[in-house]
Amino acid sequence: MSYPGTRSVPAVDVESAARLVAHGMRPKALPARDPAYADLVRRYREDDVFADTVQRIASGLGLVVLAVGPASGLVLAAVEDSAFEIRMDEYARRTVLANRQADKVMHGLAHLAVAALAFPRADDLADDTYVGRVSVDQVDGAVREACRTLSERVAGTAEADPVSDAPQLEEVWRAWLRRPEATATKDGRAGEATTRGIVGKALRFLADQGFLVPVGPDGVYRTTPRYQVQVRELAAQRTFDELLALGVLPAAGADSLAGVAGV
Amino acid sequence: MQTGVPRAGDEGLARRLKALACTAPLHDLDARKTRLDWVDAERYQMAEIGLQAIDEVTLAMDFDHGAAQPEVVRRLLPFIGTQAPDAPAGEHERVGRWVIENLINVGSLDRGFAVEYGSLAADGRYVRRRFDFKLLVELAGPDGEVYLRASDEAINVLVGALDTDVESAQVAAEVKLENLISRGLLGDARLAAEQARYRTVQYAEALRQKLDATRRDVRSVDWLAAVPALLDEALTHIEGRYRAETAILDHIATARDEATEPSRRRQAAELVGVVRDCIQRHTQLQTRLQEAGAVFRAEQDRQQFAGRPRRAAIDVFGQLLRPCLTLHVATAVEPTAAFFRAGTGVRVPSVPSLGGLVETLLAPPSDRDPLGEPVPVPELAPAAPDPFGADRWGRVDAALPAAGRAVRLSALLAEARGADPDLPRLVALRVLHAVGSAVTTARTQGDAELLLAVDDGTVLRDAEYGGADLLVGTAEVL
Repeated sequence: MSYPGTRSVPAVDVESAARLVAHGMRPKALPARDPAYADLVRRYREDDVFADTVQRIASGLGLVVLAVGPASGLVLAAVEDSAFEIRMDEYARRTVLANRQADKVMHGLAHLAVAALAFPRADDLADDTYVGRVSVDQVDGAVREACRTLSERVAGTAEADPVSDAPQLEEVWRAWLRRPEATATKDGRAGEATTRGIVGKALRFLADQGFLVPVGPDGVYRTTPRYQVQVRELAAQRTFDELLALGVLPAAGADSLAGVAGV
Repeated sequence: MQTGVPRAGDEGLARRLKALACTAPLHDLDARKTRLDWVDAERYQMAEIGLQAIDEVTLAMDFDHGAAQPEVVRRLLPFIGTQAPDAPAGEHERVGRWVIENLINVGSLDRGFAVEYGSLAADGRYVRRRFDFKLLVELAGPDGEVYLRASDEAINVLVGALDTDVESAQVAAEVKLENLISRGLLGDARLAAEQARYRTVQYAEALRQKLDATRRDVRSVDWLAAVPALLDEALTHIEGRYRAETAILDHIATARDEATEPSRRRQAAELVGVVRDCIQRHTQLQTRLQEAGAVFRAEQDRQQFAGRPRRAAIDVFGQLLRPCLTLHVATAVEPTAAFFRAGTGVRVPSVPSLGGLVETLLAPPSDRDPLGEPVPVPELAPAAPDPFGADRWGRVDAALPAAGRAVRLSALLAEARGADPDLPRLVALRVLHAVGSAVTTARTQGDAELLLAVDDGTVLRDAEYGGADLLVGTAEVL
């Protein structure tokens, strides 16, 4: 097989490839609902030259193709510092300056926790047919419980309380536990700076991004195939690598480590 | 940071300092009350109100949720009212709200309190640490409402048994109670019984947390050793308490029946109520304990069911989330931000089209009618005329019995028929309306008196109307 890059691609194919990328940028577009989109997805999977063209267009824009499938459609991710990247500073804009670092961590952690609860076991993340369900209640409850377990571990020792003059040396679980889960506000909704508020914001944002779909009136969301791909192929890997680089060796079952890239 | 084992004595000092700190917010209430400009706060004992508030919240705590804030304020009102009886009710309510908000510490980001203390590290260095605690905690209930719960620290402040083991404190309270009864000190006995009840609430709370965690993830709770131990301990505890309290109940009932002094008799009777409530709470806890095993088995079945793994992947909870929680805040910024950037997808920048923008800016403003939209002409329906008229209403009012008197419907009808042939109908309607008048409605409307009609079984013999010959009377609403 000849190297695809050496072939010349008809301009009309470049246009189709760009259209597929454009479909991938619409978070809620799905091949199942749009025959033209489904055609392009099928073509991507059957035609190597077309697939290569799509990847090159994406790459030129500062994007990476994570997966292309009939259920998920084209799943894109932004490379670092690309124009398409979502920045934490923009996401968590309304935070108190003095508490900026802790707030950023809590917002990031909320997203991590949503993924953790959406795919509670490694198998769920690996299984393409798995559909997870998450709610604010569940996510905040699980994180609190994990924090409580950690706090029990140090209870009764000198480490039970953080050192007072170095807030940046405080562990994350302390910050999460200390933050109230809900506050009564005038309009009856949970306050924004509370843990439930932070998790709720993450869920709503992910729903806007086409990663979660609300089901039922009780604030329960189900995951979409796009979200699974995004977490499995990119987010979990990157965080794993970051933690490895920090020397935090995550406790792993032998089977779940085997397939992790870079291990 | 590794500090090793602190020197003996240090820990006790820290513990006492922490216990002391828990009372600080209460003292603070009285220290800051003079700064309130909306109330003459001198006559209110804020710390007392605070303790009472924690009391109310603790008692309202059960397995599902605590008490809503307005409810707690409402229950506090009688207590606050006794401190300043002549102050308006609105002020009492505001004082109640102020105290509760201060116990939550509304206004601070974390809604809690912190105090600094020091301890000696292994190398003899003095390390300053921060003790974070809360007294009243706001939690979201299943219906989305925000409820108050008392924290463990608050319960400890309240019962005065600072930093003690639940089990031993309960035993101590029990022993104290029996001693008190045998010595006839019933006022103190009641206090001890109430303390025992708070301890039971704490047990229930610990169990509730474990069950909640199990429902989320069976693996997060140690069902092999820790939970069976807790269940065993709690069951043994209930067994002992139930026996003890039944015995106490018998004792006090005897004491109540034999007591000659009325106040002692009343105290004993109240104590019987408290102990009965304790027993009821024990039974409630026992039911939950018995169900706990079933919850675990059901959740295990539900959560363990899974097909064969297709490909290896990362366990997000165990390998990413939990390690991130143990990191220092400053270190955690990078991994969490990396997950955020990679896990939120792409942002499509919105690009304004310059051509479109220019066109929009250059477009002449649309003409607006200075008079605005035409006002739709309302369709007016003719009002239904009152078939009786003010005159007849007045005559019926006069004919109805005055406060404290009762008349039969037949008498009213006969009287009305003599005056005006149309009047009996209005009389019948008014009386019929008065059957089953709701006193509470009248009170909320602020009515001074209320017309009542009662059926005593007498049959109405009338040319026009049939049914019961109702007794009609007017009652004053107090």
